[in-house]
Amino acid sequence: MAIDRAQVRHVARLARLALSEEEEERFAAQLGHVLEYVERLQAVDVAGVEPLSFAGDAAAGLSLREDEPLPCLPRDKVLAQAPEHNGEAFLVPRILE
Amino acid sequence: MKPELLPLSQAADAIASGAVSPEALLEASLARIRALDGRLHAFLRLTENEARTAAKAATQRRASGKSLGPLDGVPVALKDIFCMEGVETTCGSKILRGYAPPYDATVVRRLKQAGAVIVGKLNMDEFAMGSSTENSAYGPTRNPWDLTRTPGGSSGGSATAVAARLVPGALGTDTGGSIRQPAALVGCAGLKPTYGRVSRFGVIAFASSLDQVGPFAQDVRGVAHLLAAIAGHDPNDQTSSSRPVPDYAAGLDQGVRGLRIGVPREYFGEGLAPEVEKAVRAGIERLRAAGGEVREISLPNSPHAIATYYIVATAEASSNLARYDGVRYGHRAKASQLLEMYEKTRAEGFGAEVKRRIMLGTYVLSAGYYDAYYLRAQKVRALIRRDFDQAFASVDAIVSPTSPTTAFKLGEKMDDPLAMYLSDVYTVPANLAGLPGISVPCGFDSKGLPVGLQLIGKPFDEETLLRIAHAAEPSEHRLPPLAEGR
Repeated sequence: MAIDRAQVRHVARLARLALSEEEEERFAAQLGHVLEYVERLQAVDVAGVEPLSFAGDAAAGLSLREDEPLPCLPRDKVLAQAPEHNGEAFLVPRILE
Repeated sequence: MKPELLPLSQAADAIASGAVSPEALLEASLARIRALDGRLHAFLRLTENEARTAAKAATQRRASGKSLGPLDGVPVALKDIFCMEGVETTCGSKILRGYAPPYDATVVRRLKQAGAVIVGKLNMDEFAMGSSTENSAYGPTRNPWDLTRTPGGSSGGSATAVAARLVPGALGTDTGGSIRQPAALVGCAGLKPTYGRVSRFGVIAFASSLDQVGPFAQDVRGVAHLLAAIAGHDPNDQTSSSRPVPDYAAGLDQGVRGLRIGVPREYFGEGLAPEVEKAVRAGIERLRAAGGEVREISLPNSPHAIATYYIVATAEASSNLARYDGVRYGHRAKASQLLEMYEKTRAEGFGAEVKRRIMLGTYVLSAGYYDAYYLRAQKVRALIRRDFDQAFASVDAIVSPTSPTTAFKLGEKMDDPLAMYLSDVYTVPANLAGLPGISVPCGFDSKGLPVGLQLIGKPFDEETLLRIAHAAEPSEHRLPPLAEGR
């Protein structure tokens, strides 16, 4: 299945990825190649099959616990990993013009 | 006796008997890393100070007769996907360069509580995406059997560190084969436990419905000891199971007499290298000779596994990796506006394979394509699981090759993503079905490269799986020439 540069740009925007022209071209070809490979799934008879999204211990997914407040990470330790902060919050560039 | 060459279980015995101290064991490991890792590049960084403190404490516990068990004082190393408090954790990516997590992953905490001495963080494909460790932003790891070849991936650093005897044990993660395939390509044992057997809290997420943590060691006994230390319920991972954790090492010597072992015909078809097939068939014959009842089975939906995997895994990855936005941790690009900051941060921080998978995952989840790709893949996934359920009605475990080839050359598959993906053709189905799988060495090809034999077990039946794996593994583990100083 072919995928063109415009589709690549659209998907890149959804994924918040700035791509160079060279990357757009390369990804268009490579994604097309992979999509062509996965096309084979269209031929599988899945009529009446329930999708499987969790292949673990069914009891684990269902267990509930009391909603108790527990200590969380100290704010200064968390903020210390941020590219920019003011000691209370994460700082980001301007959102509105 | 060279303490650094001891397998994990014997290192534990040597500590317990007083033949070697944890401090001496650590220094031997560090000396080997200094001597060999310049050529291998298994380690991204060492945690020497923390390790020396831990080894000293273990030595004191041993002196006062208060040993914490089989891992007390044993050096281990961690794939750089595990958060360790205060220690840089990059996941092989530039986007996390300098990130020092404020907490330990549950498995790291459990290893520390068991007395293990953590010596450092190991190389990996960026965000565990790859099958050769060449996608690391910090350069590839090399195979100890042939430095011009890859050790496989994504846990290539973990596999190499164990195979070259830099450490007796290591942890990795396996989303589509990332423990088993490198274990096969370097000739050590590597286990992917059942989905839910080991907590993923503090493990950097790739594809959350597939990711599982597991151990590497020279032999199955070492793997059993590490699994016992890390397995078990964790309230911080909702998917972790509260089933009891057995003593995995206890039953290893029971043998395979009377156990039914299935050989899936779909795993021995086109694409399997003849020399790999020969070594694996010889391994199967050893299981038969030991009393295993070997029978042919069919897993008819296996040919769909790679396509299913690359839809499910990339879709989940595109969602998980949305968190790398330059706001809370890691790299941030210079930009005057928020959207531009996101796009440039991610463009600068992610490597080519990660971008490719984010793009594919975003595409298959995007409006108009969800049903055709993601939903359909989840249904095929159900069929793959059903194949295994049906097979396990008549067998106790399944045996196959781990990887279709032995170690390939560095660079060989870097320009052809699909060829790289197909290197996981035999390992991916166990992840899709949530089953435990292990790779153990079963021979060598004519180039002297190791061949791995894979065993897949029933959910939460790691005991039987390890028991069969122990019967299948060689009694003598050959050392790579480089690890013998040649």
